Amino acid sequence: MQNSVIKLSGISKSFPGVKALQNVELELYRGQVTSLIGENGAGKSTLVKTMTGIYQPDEGEISVNGKVVVLGSAHDAFSHGITAIHQETVLFDEMSVAENIYLGHTPKTKFKTINWKKLYSNATNILKDIGASHINAQTKLKEISIANKHLVAVARALSVEADIVIMDEPTAALSHKEIEDLFQLVEKLKNDGKAILFISHKFDEIYKIAERYTVFRDGQMVGRGMLSDTSQDEIVQMMVGRSVDQIFPKRNASIGAPVLHVENYNHPTEFADINFELNKGEILGFYGLVGAGRSELMQALFGITKPSSGTLTISGQEITLKGPADAVNAGIVYLPEERGKQGVVLDLPIVENISLPSLHTTSKNGFLKMANEFALARKYAERLDLRAASLSQNAGTLSGGNQQKVVIAKWLAVEPNIIILDEPTKGIDIGSKAAVHSFMAELVAEGLSVIMVSSEIPEVMGMSDRIIVMRDGLMVDIFQNNEDLSAETLIRSAAGIEEQVA
Amino acid sequence: MSDLKPQTRHIADRLESPLKLAVFSWPSLLLVVAIALFILNSFMSPYFLSAWSLSDATFNFTEKAIIAFAMALLIISGEIDLSVAAIIALSSTIMGLCLQLGFGTSELVFVGLFVGVLCGAFNGTLVVGLGLPSIVVTIGTMSFFRGISFIILGDQAFNGYPAEFAFFGQGYVWWVISFEFVLFLFVALVYFVLLHKTNFGRQIFVIGNNATAAQFSGVRVKRIKFILFCLVGLMSGIAAILLTSRLGSTRPSIAQGWELEVITMVVLGGISILGGSGTIQGVFIAAFIMGLISFGLGLLNVPGIVMSIFIGALLIIVIALPIIAGKIKSRLKA
Repeated sequence: MQNSVIKLSGISKSFPGVKALQNVELELYRGQVTSLIGENGAGKSTLVKTMTGIYQPDEGEISVNGKVVVLGSAHDAFSHGITAIHQETVLFDEMSVAENIYLGHTPKTKFKTINWKKLYSNATNILKDIGASHINAQTKLKEISIANKHLVAVARALSVEADIVIMDEPTAALSHKEIEDLFQLVEKLKNDGKAILFISHKFDEIYKIAERYTVFRDGQMVGRGMLSDTSQDEIVQMMVGRSVDQIFPKRNASIGAPVLHVENYNHPTEFADINFELNKGEILGFYGLVGAGRSELMQALFGITKPSSGTLTISGQEITLKGPADAVNAGIVYLPEERGKQGVVLDLPIVENISLPSLHTTSKNGFLKMANEFALARKYAERLDLRAASLSQNAGTLSGGNQQKVVIAKWLAVEPNIIILDEPTKGIDIGSKAAVHSFMAELVAEGLSVIMVSSEIPEVMGMSDRIIVMRDGLMVDIFQNNEDLSAETLIRSAAGIEEQVA
Repeated sequence: MSDLKPQTRHIADRLESPLKLAVFSWPSLLLVVAIALFILNSFMSPYFLSAWSLSDATFNFTEKAIIAFAMALLIISGEIDLSVAAIIALSSTIMGLCLQLGFGTSELVFVGLFVGVLCGAFNGTLVVGLGLPSIVVTIGTMSFFRGISFIILGDQAFNGYPAEFAFFGQGYVWWVISFEFVLFLFVALVYFVLLHKTNFGRQIFVIGNNATAAQFSGVRVKRIKFILFCLVGLMSGIAAILLTSRLGSTRPSIAQGWELEVITMVVLGGISILGGSGTIQGVFIAAFIMGLISFGLGLLNVPGIVMSIFIGALLIIVIALPIIAGKIKSRLKA
């Protein structure tokens, strides 16, 4: 039995209201790739942050080469030979490739100035090592392509003496050819005896590159072993686990005639060939991996981005959206994924946040009527059970779940026909989650139509009438959500795994 | 799902009374400063407390304040216009040019306003249409507009404005109450209502706090910013008419350096230079403070160059003060 290079045992980590990790185990082995698999929110990122010294675990211990270590900072992690390649690495455009690679540990001369000669020669060597000798270490970062920038990020991660390399969805931003190159690099790292943790949603990649797997679900480790004796189906089952254990409200909405037609919607870069209908009283779920183009499509339906072609028909009328204001007038509202940036204005009172899109109804001839605004805000805030001391307190003082209620209240106040919810329960506590779900059920019972983008399988399957799966900007499947639909089918569709014939 | 909400919880409108908030606000502090300066000035000069010298003192700030009100709205929305003084120069120059062509008073007024709005629209188009940062655009148009004045005028001046035209900058409505002062009060009232009592004003605050969330809430961000640039241009046009009328002549160096005084007035008035907050009341009182300071320094025979050092120092202090106060506050909390 081979000894692990790094071993995490009994790691737990909680955030207010969420147990992100519960007693998880992970081991990495020299010269082998271990794949960490799990849905969004399963705790993968938290684990990576624990391993790189950004978070400290509440319980449990980490040992490197058999010795227990404390990773109190990113620097500690470096000094124990742990390095990470993140999905989005922060690099500096105005600096040279070499400076980016060695930022923070630049070789110095005896006068403590930068040893440029050594910097460039070291950087050139590293680039050669990772098969990127076509990149000149002296060019400014802004002058090289995105794919090459990614290679620089890899070079940066390997510029420290590391035995343990963490790759967090390294292929998400890469093209097919670039992924091939990356895999060659991973092979090389394996041969050099590094222990690699590889995080990806794409099963074909996992099976191609990894020897071992560890599956996380809801912050717990639910399985691990060798990929060679585990089938994709078994892994998918571990990811999904026992049947959906959250309780979703019973639905008794009657589905009516179509209210929204989207035909041939195209966008130069984000999505293509989008065709679907939304019916009155329906919840239409959009499932897919992060980056599948769902948010971009929703923002086009709300008039924020313009499609390059296609027609949008609302209640029988074809309509061109010049901006969100047109969408609101047409009865479509959008609850954005980035709540703090796009949803609420943190430094303004709750009442002003809620009344913002309804000012034309609360005011008289363009003059504000505060009494009407308070009445409107109270009506929806109380209906949503907003937990706030007063309507005049700034929205930024509320918890995430209550901020989300403010955004929902804002949109309900305009009495829309169609409401688009983009990851409506992302990052909010269980209680608020349930409130949002029950509210969705109420809305459709009242005859509204809901489009819900969600990356959480239980939520999509618990709430939707139909589910559209998107992958790489395309609609790949439409499912009726009935007993025949399994979570495995959805995951396969989103990840592009062929159905296996047993 | 009624079982999730056993009863509706009542949420109060406010916990603190608006009156209490008003007493402990920046404008109240400014008011105290203004009164102190007033008393100081009256001790320094026996002539200060006469009706006519008080009336004269108002000319020090009325024209700038008229621009400052519109500038306040623009800065709250997160933009800025540094070209206002140059707009005055160009507007005044074109009026002078039209005077040579035999235009009458009402046509001159129209030309002055029109050039102002046109310059504002030009700034607005560059900022909103092309998405350029307003500070850069208006530094450019600051040289550009005044440059045109210099080309037209050289070292010449336009004189000979009609007698009626003199009323705007030199006339009195009643006793010592000048037309300019009445216009200043009127403009203050209009902007107070516009910013604090209308949907338009509310949307300006929202844009200044978070333009993305404003756009995502259906606020027409670009349109509102464009209108604000045009308003600043219009007010600069009005200021150009007043100043030209008061001086009775146009030189290309007219209103040189006013943009800094206008912005100082706005920031002193409690408008956040980062956008998103402030009141017209504050700017209104700040206008009086600026007037009292320059009048007082004038009484002490302080030369103009020292005055500009003073204005510069004041600008830095009023920008730094809230930031330092915020840092101290957060440190006390921690």
